[in-house]
Amino acid sequence: MEAFTIAAPRDLDAALAAAQQGDAKFIAGGTDLMQLMKDFVERPKRLVDIDGLPLDGVTIGADGARIGALVRMADLADHAEIRRQYPVVAEALLASASPQVRNMATIGGNLLQRTRCGYFRDVGSPCNKREPGTGCPAIRGDHRRLAILGGSDYCIATNPSDLAVALLALDASVELRGPGGTRVVPLNDFYLLPGDTPQRETVLAPGELITAVLLPSAGADRRSHYVKLRDRASFEFALVSAAIVVDRAGDRIRNARVAVGGVGTKPWRLPQVEAALSGAPATREAIAEAAARAGDGAHPLPENGFKIPLMQRALTRALLTAIA
Amino acid sequence: MAELEVTRRRFLGASAATAGGVVAANRLAWAADPAAQPGPVRTPDMIDIVLEVNGRRQAVTVEPRTNLLDALREHLSLTGTKKGCDRGSCGACTVHIDGRRVNSCLTLAARCEGKAITTIEGLARDPELHPVQAAFIAHDGFQCGYCTPGQIMSAVALIEEGRAVSDDAIREWMSGNLCRCGAYPNIVAAIKDATRNSGQES
Repeated sequence: MEAFTIAAPRDLDAALAAAQQGDAKFIAGGTDLMQLMKDFVERPKRLVDIDGLPLDGVTIGADGARIGALVRMADLADHAEIRRQYPVVAEALLASASPQVRNMATIGGNLLQRTRCGYFRDVGSPCNKREPGTGCPAIRGDHRRLAILGGSDYCIATNPSDLAVALLALDASVELRGPGGTRVVPLNDFYLLPGDTPQRETVLAPGELITAVLLPSAGADRRSHYVKLRDRASFEFALVSAAIVVDRAGDRIRNARVAVGGVGTKPWRLPQVEAALSGAPATREAIAEAAARAGDGAHPLPENGFKIPLMQRALTRALLTAIA
Repeated sequence: MAELEVTRRRFLGASAATAGGVVAANRLAWAADPAAQPGPVRTPDMIDIVLEVNGRRQAVTVEPRTNLLDALREHLSLTGTKKGCDRGSCGACTVHIDGRRVNSCLTLAARCEGKAITTIEGLARDPELHPVQAAFIAHDGFQCGYCTPGQIMSAVALIEEGRAVSDDAIREWMSGNLCRCGAYPNIVAAIKDATRNSGQES
């Protein structure tokens, strides 16, 4: 790890000002940033410690939930009212990382964790995301765990967050605060496709900070579920995951929101599956038929084509569990 | 001769200090007098902090980039906490901060001021081992022992969190601690036993 200085500003404005100085990074839980710094993927000259800022509250009202960016993963997973109204959030969190990491890592940081692509994390390898213009060895190399949706000739790195998949299915937004003020961005618009600039992963401007996650209010007849499939039973990133939020009307599905993880260069909504589910009978046949459309538009490479049937089956299981 | 009474732990501690940067003429002389051991090299950007470890407040001088694991081992000579992967993946470095289990390798020491840190050295109430330590011995919950301090720190937290409700739950909530010897069945047995004795069984 390279040397740096560390400052702990007293308030948000001071933190934003400190981050305007060159080569600065915010640090909160630090679980991903510390790994990246140890591996020289990140080499900030100064850290701005935001842990002391008052961004660690959860409030739930008639118009939805507001989750402070500094809430710890473990605390949100244990939050009684979140578990009652948004259980898919707790499911995704408890399928993430380890108990130790969940005690440290924050909600805002979780949404900004970097890809687990081995080439990105190895400074001895070329990588367009880490060093633009150097190439992507994954496309012809080891890409078994990488993306089948949203990739480009420049990058096929997957977004590793479980939480983001659940939040996407809940139509969450993120509240951002920068020197220019506060703005709210739907999570689906927050992440960028790699295109020819894979180093740009989100719409966050330099020195801008996630201050909160906003969730619309939960409907009364809502069912949800999160399924995560991985190479080992626990403490592992997803090969494929699926978050389902469905509103039932009798024995029919009124509408469904469907998001998948481990397959896209960003957390991925599947509108064609949602359209097939809208008004469909809540039967295994109708659900399997809708899930079969999940692979539309996918671009598998030789070693990751297995993710298409895996994604379809993960969706089927998540939907059947949700409506059971 | 005093030099011959050097313990393995003390000798390894002295060797680690050598590896830390300063070459000395006579290692065994430090071993005989630990106070004479050279500490890590002081660099211009070092900062003075106070860490509260196992109930004791101790001044320590670290770099901003020094993680808690290295501060405990290299600066405070608390070598019970182990460095495995140094990336938060293996759990060997698990300690408690304000009662919560965390990976000390991913924690900057400079960010721990004002917090209560507990390491494996702080569990026992002399002469009694902590019940989880005793259970690991009774159930042979280790082979080489390298992961054991982290396993025990995690297990103590898991029982306090009330997660030890079944074998599957114990395995899931211990998933942040790897054991390459494969002592898992005995670790689970030790945790079940310690949970029963703690009265936290559900």
